[in-house]
Amino acid sequence: MNRREFVACVGGVLSFVAIRPALAARPTLLEAVNTFTGGVEVRAGRVAFDIPPLVENGNSVGVMIDVESPVTAEDHVKRIAIINEKNPQADMIVFHLSPQSGRAHVSTRLRLADSQTLMAVAEMSDGTYWSAAADVIVTLAACVEGVSEGGGGVP
Amino acid sequence: MAAPRIMVNVPKTAARGEIVEIKTLIAHKMETGHRMGLNGQRIPRDIINRFECTYNGALVFAADLFPAVSANPFIAFTTVAVASGTLKFRWVDDHGKVSTTSAKITVT
Amino acid sequence: MKRLCVVLALLSSGAVASDKRSGVEYVSPETRALQADDFANPGMLWVGGGEALWNEAVGQTKKSCASCHQDAKQTMKGVAARYPVFDEVRKRPIDLQGRINQCRVRRQKAAAFAFESEALLSLSAYIAHQSRGMPVTPPRDERLWSYIENGKELYFRRIGQIDINCASCHDARAGQRLSGNLIPEAHPTGYPIYRLEWQSAGSLQRRMRGCMTGVRAEPYAYGSPEMINLELYLMNRAAGLPIETPAVRP
Repeated sequence: MNRREFVACVGGVLSFVAIRPALAARPTLLEAVNTFTGGVEVRAGRVAFDIPPLVENGNSVGVMIDVESPVTAEDHVKRIAIINEKNPQADMIVFHLSPQSGRAHVSTRLRLADSQTLMAVAEMSDGTYWSAAADVIVTLAACVEGVSEGGGGVP
Repeated sequence: MAAPRIMVNVPKTAARGEIVEIKTLIAHKMETGHRMGLNGQRIPRDIINRFECTYNGALVFAADLFPAVSANPFIAFTTVAVASGTLKFRWVDDHGKVSTTSAKITVT
Repeated sequence: MKRLCVVLALLSSGAVASDKRSGVEYVSPETRALQADDFANPGMLWVGGGEALWNEAVGQTKKSCASCHQDAKQTMKGVAARYPVFDEVRKRPIDLQGRINQCRVRRQKAAAFAFESEALLSLSAYIAHQSRGMPVTPPRDERLWSYIENGKELYFRRIGQIDINCASCHDARAGQRLSGNLIPEAHPTGYPIYRLEWQSAGSLQRRMRGCMTGVRAEPYAYGSPEMINLELYLMNRAAGLPIETPAVRP
């Protein structure tokens, strides 16, 4: 990379940072987890949280969660929440499962405003909570556009 | 376009008791409420905040969505093929607008 | 014949066919998997929307695309692999979006779609999707030569305050990093693409405008002759690579 391209690249990074609004006050990751569980202790384990450790664009990061559970009427997963450390809001999504789910296996795509830690927390039918954490590095995307792009006139 | 753009993938047939995976996509910008527009004003939040799936009328899966869910939300989950019938899918956005689609499944 | 040799020389001065690599090879395994799964690839929402539009009667004629072109799965196969083509009406090249709008205005007697509108992107995606897997096969039409040459001239013209050309990145530094992304070879085989940065589908012209803004140049207008000629050159340069629409890129 020569000097000119370096300048272009850094310019892009600076404008990218500048358009991010200031973060409003939000609960910490653990405070948000505590709100989800209603104060019940969360244990590590039984949750497999699949998310790439390094993502090339934070706008759309695929995640998959698999919770160890027999998934019967007596013993199943009721809810799974994904909670983050550094987005403007801590809560990302809450899945509601049932004994008819067959497996406690869900996927979605999420936005990550920054490199951070995420937690997947599962609520079991017996009232216990289990979790897994994952660290994700979000690289800055090249060639970001201003908000004005994306619409043209009528030809 | 009048009809919402939705895609769901439900197997047409399944064996009784088989666990099937269902993938869903719906076109929605999922405006977070955290972005600034050209005029320096905050662009108001406009997201799908609820997704539900019923199977022959019974709620089998749901999700509460927050602004961190990517634009054009993708949600995949599993359910047990218990009987032939209809799966109905329902998305609700911040304006209360409801988008729906359905799929038939034959269980043998 | 002399000009044919010139054009062939122009085109072969880039990578030879076997050396060409689609942009999909420069994205992460996760993004590649997303493109490959038709039930997760968000670009398929535009393809699905385009199918509905294909069958919608519009304009004063109350005709749909299907009224004349029947089943797109048959009649549109291979079309995106050969566009842009020479347009007999305008007496210059026309790209796929231009042809869709020309059909709307002249045949259906309906208003043209705006550039980057959901409708134009959807119909473009639906039509281009019918060529998925087919190699880019530009027409051998001598009326296009001067336009291809102009497109190539634009590709190598230094522009903007950064004062670089397309080749500075996409030929000389393909495979190297720009911020978190690998620089691809700029083969436009998957348009309209779903770009994670856009959180939407978008056209090749939008993508090129992003590049031009990035090097601090005034981007060419949507639908301008410069844009069409660049598209024409890039598709000739990409000859042989398979169409991927809807591709997914970071």
